[in-house]
Amino acid sequence: MSINPELPISFSPTHRLQWEEAQQKDVILYPEGMVELNQSSAEILKLCDGTRNTSQLVTELEEKFSTSGLTNDVNSFLEVALQNGWIQQ
Amino acid sequence: MAGSNNKPTPPRWLLAELTYKCPLQCPYCSNPIDYAAHKSEINTEDWKRVLTQARKMGAVQLGFSGGEPLTRPDLPELVQHARQLGYYSNLITSGYGLTEEKIIQLKEAGLDHIQVSIQASTQELNDHLAGTESYQTKKEVAHLIKKHNYPMVLCVVIHRENIHQMTQILEMAEELGADYLELANTQYYGWAHTNRDLLLPTKEQFEEAEAIAQAYKEKVAGKMKIYYVIPDFYEDRPKACMNGWGTTFLTIAPDGVALPCHSARDLPGLDCPNVNDYSIEEIWNESKAFNFFRGNEWMKEPCSSCDEKEKDFGGCRCQAYMLTGDMYSTDPVCSKSPDRHVIKEALDSARESALSNDEKPLIFRNSKNSKRLS
Repeated sequence: MSINPELPISFSPTHRLQWEEAQQKDVILYPEGMVELNQSSAEILKLCDGTRNTSQLVTELEEKFSTSGLTNDVNSFLEVALQNGWIQQ
Repeated sequence: MAGSNNKPTPPRWLLAELTYKCPLQCPYCSNPIDYAAHKSEINTEDWKRVLTQARKMGAVQLGFSGGEPLTRPDLPELVQHARQLGYYSNLITSGYGLTEEKIIQLKEAGLDHIQVSIQASTQELNDHLAGTESYQTKKEVAHLIKKHNYPMVLCVVIHRENIHQMTQILEMAEELGADYLELANTQYYGWAHTNRDLLLPTKEQFEEAEAIAQAYKEKVAGKMKIYYVIPDFYEDRPKACMNGWGTTFLTIAPDGVALPCHSARDLPGLDCPNVNDYSIEEIWNESKAFNFFRGNEWMKEPCSSCDEKEKDFGGCRCQAYMLTGDMYSTDPVCSKSPDRHVIKEALDSARESALSNDEKPLIFRNSKNSKRLS
């Protein structure tokens, strides 16, 4: 199972992405578990709302952070997220 | 209230044991044997205050448990309060009393997920172990949980009475469409400790069942996630109790007593505080009970010089107390423990019981037995 670059990416309906004030970071919550996210992972996941495919995601992030060359990092992270069931297509 | 030197890590997991009332009588229940003596329950406002205070400290995973949490009429109100605070809430239930109407009500109140227990893969064994006709209800509840778009978490406690059904249990979970299956090998506290001779599987039974479960894991990878809780009696290192005493988990019993773990009440001299006398912050940071086994200073040998002490913290204090009489000693599950022989004795005793022709009957969890045994 791998990311299909054509299809839009959605966040899993059985997980929840949430900012935790006490931890000063975003986390993913699911039955009996919690995953702490660094800032870049959180920014990627926030854009996974079923409307963007990978290239659209990369474009938007590059724009938002006035940078370029994010494709490889974003793709690597998305593969991990898919393996873990945090996102789906 | 004892002071502490460093600020401890904040609680992340709050277990709200709302009540000890339960329509089931499972003989492996982790509730205390003397639960019938603790009849008082803190009220709705007390629980809301506890939820608010714990959330402020950083608690985020919340379990509504008991007994059977559905017996509390204020459950939807508490769920709603939890949702407003931003908790990820889990209902840990037998399913008994969970009608479709109730599921809808809880969903609207903001409940995040439901973990339902089932005792066996057949009606006869399930109802025998639960002490109550409940099999059909549980299956129906599993179906309704999925119907209402909840992740379906099925919990099956494994012990000698049902371990032979391992394959059928896995198949049943798959058939019910479980997203998560927790195969919880019985932990010997409370009622499970009383019934240990009848519940502890033999090594052969345990190994066979584990092989079946591991193979099945691969078969359903991606569809159903299987959590396998090991029976530590067959390991040579203990479990990391509570992820470290007073570091992650906070349990509140029905009468408002705050506990670092399920059975802490049974440990002598801890003076577990009540939420109606102290704030959660005071309890977590300053109370004698929560500081009792924080850090490593309390450890005895071999734990104190052991290079694995940061990994498992010397194991379970309650188990050490129950099996060696000394709550500071190494958890006897550890092969380094000088008391390791008590584990062997427990295993031998269970095996002897399994092979005998007149095994004493299971003692079911109910008020009558609770009063009799206390």
